[in-house]
Amino acid sequence: MGKSLLVSPSPHLHANVSTTSLMRDVIIALVPASIVSVLFYGWAALLVFALSIVSCVLVEWVITKYLMKKPSTVGDLSAVVTGLLLAMNLPATTPWWIILIGAIVAIGVAKMSFGGLGQNIFNPAITARVFLLISFPSYMTNWTATQGFISRPDAVSGATPLGVIKEAIGSGSTIPEYLAANNLTSVTFLQDMGASLGELSSIALLLGFVYLLVRKVVKAWIPVSIFATVILISGIFSLINPDIYTGPVFNIFTGGMVLGACFMATDYVTSPMSTLGGIIYGVGIGVIVMMIRYFGSYPEGMSFAILIMNCVVPLLNIWFHQKKYGRK
Amino acid sequence: MREDQTMSKFSLITKGLVKENPVFVLVLGMCPTLATTTSAMNGLMMGLATTFVLILSNIVISLIAPRVPDKVRIPVYIVVIATFVTVLQLLMQAYLPSVYETLGLFIPLIVVNCIVLGRAEAFANKNTMGDSALDGIGIGLGFTLALTVIGLVREILGSGSIFGLKFIEGDGILAFVMAPGAFIALGYLMVLFNKFVAKK
Repeated sequence: MGKSLLVSPSPHLHANVSTTSLMRDVIIALVPASIVSVLFYGWAALLVFALSIVSCVLVEWVITKYLMKKPSTVGDLSAVVTGLLLAMNLPATTPWWIILIGAIVAIGVAKMSFGGLGQNIFNPAITARVFLLISFPSYMTNWTATQGFISRPDAVSGATPLGVIKEAIGSGSTIPEYLAANNLTSVTFLQDMGASLGELSSIALLLGFVYLLVRKVVKAWIPVSIFATVILISGIFSLINPDIYTGPVFNIFTGGMVLGACFMATDYVTSPMSTLGGIIYGVGIGVIVMMIRYFGSYPEGMSFAILIMNCVVPLLNIWFHQKKYGRK
Repeated sequence: MREDQTMSKFSLITKGLVKENPVFVLVLGMCPTLATTTSAMNGLMMGLATTFVLILSNIVISLIAPRVPDKVRIPVYIVVIATFVTVLQLLMQAYLPSVYETLGLFIPLIVVNCIVLGRAEAFANKNTMGDSALDGIGIGLGFTLALTVIGLVREILGSGSIFGLKFIEGDGILAFVMAPGAFIALGYLMVLFNKFVAKK
């Protein structure tokens, strides 16, 4: 770090990092999780992935070519990443036209309207997910387990763990009661439930994230502060009243927690630049997601939490901007 | 000379529609614009209600403005506007109860609509009664036009209907009936309006 700040006469070393190479690394990191979800959900999942990526790239190409009349930015692969992340936020049963609307919202509304990559305030994939979630609630929460290439033990169609727990508590029963009534232990409970394409594969996602860390593409502080906050809050609440508040392990491995924390919250454009800013951003996401999960009307709040904290990022960048070398 | 005058009178009305459209160009009155345009009918009704208040308050304020001390002009204008809003509210309650129900709180909120106070402050208090009335009509129609167009777009996308006539089965893109859709629709319509209609 210290050496890279030296001022020296030319020739300057080139870091050999470009937007394309960063995006390529993110795509590689997402591959294991994508493979896992395709294995579990079969052709339906593969179709969702393909449609989402193709339509995101297509929308970006059409907008740059015909509306902005600029050289196409499809080559930087960011549309592919957005498409991949969007697909991971959708159930395998999503109809094609919803994916297309999602791509238009992600690329058209959330990204290109603000001027393209680097100028968007909100994470495109999350914006599209939230838009679709509030627009098509019945399609977006249809967690039917489709025929996969590997059959999971007792794969069931039904709501996600977060949704089921929320419903059970809403109807007045407690978590241990619910698990006992359905003959489940807390471990099998997590394995059996339906999920969005990316939710299922927390381990595969973490694997990909480690790759990104090794390649020094992302910094760990944002996901670490999110996880720490979530563990702290859910730890305290579940200690106080384990009957209605779910515990840390459950909260880390359900919903879009890992996907959101590792791949969505760390998006270069929409996360703070400084370390301290990033930690505050992560803590904010952790607090908001736990408040939504415990007290909100939606079972999952990861995407809302990230969007809300995205709004704060410009402020964080002003408050915690890097000090210029030699200035106080 | 005569023609010139009619031209300028006419432009008093048209400028409110296009060049000084309160929603798309001046960006005033955003609260009712975003909140009441869930359908074309709601937008139209809200626009007409505001136009009613705007014309009458413009007329009265242009008449009393020379006699109102500068220091208390805002409270005085607000009292005048509130009077007409109350009149409107009672009229709507009596003759259009269903519309009154839908628009609800946003009818009394016309009192603090910045378009109404803005025209009183920027136009009516230094112009003649006739001009102020025309200005009220122009700005009011501009507001109505904007709200109806936004309402129409949101209704088509959000509920799949036009003025209440459904053309698809089931729901549309529900987000457009909710608050985020209002911002998205308003933003894109503003872009289109300023690019194609209000060209300099």
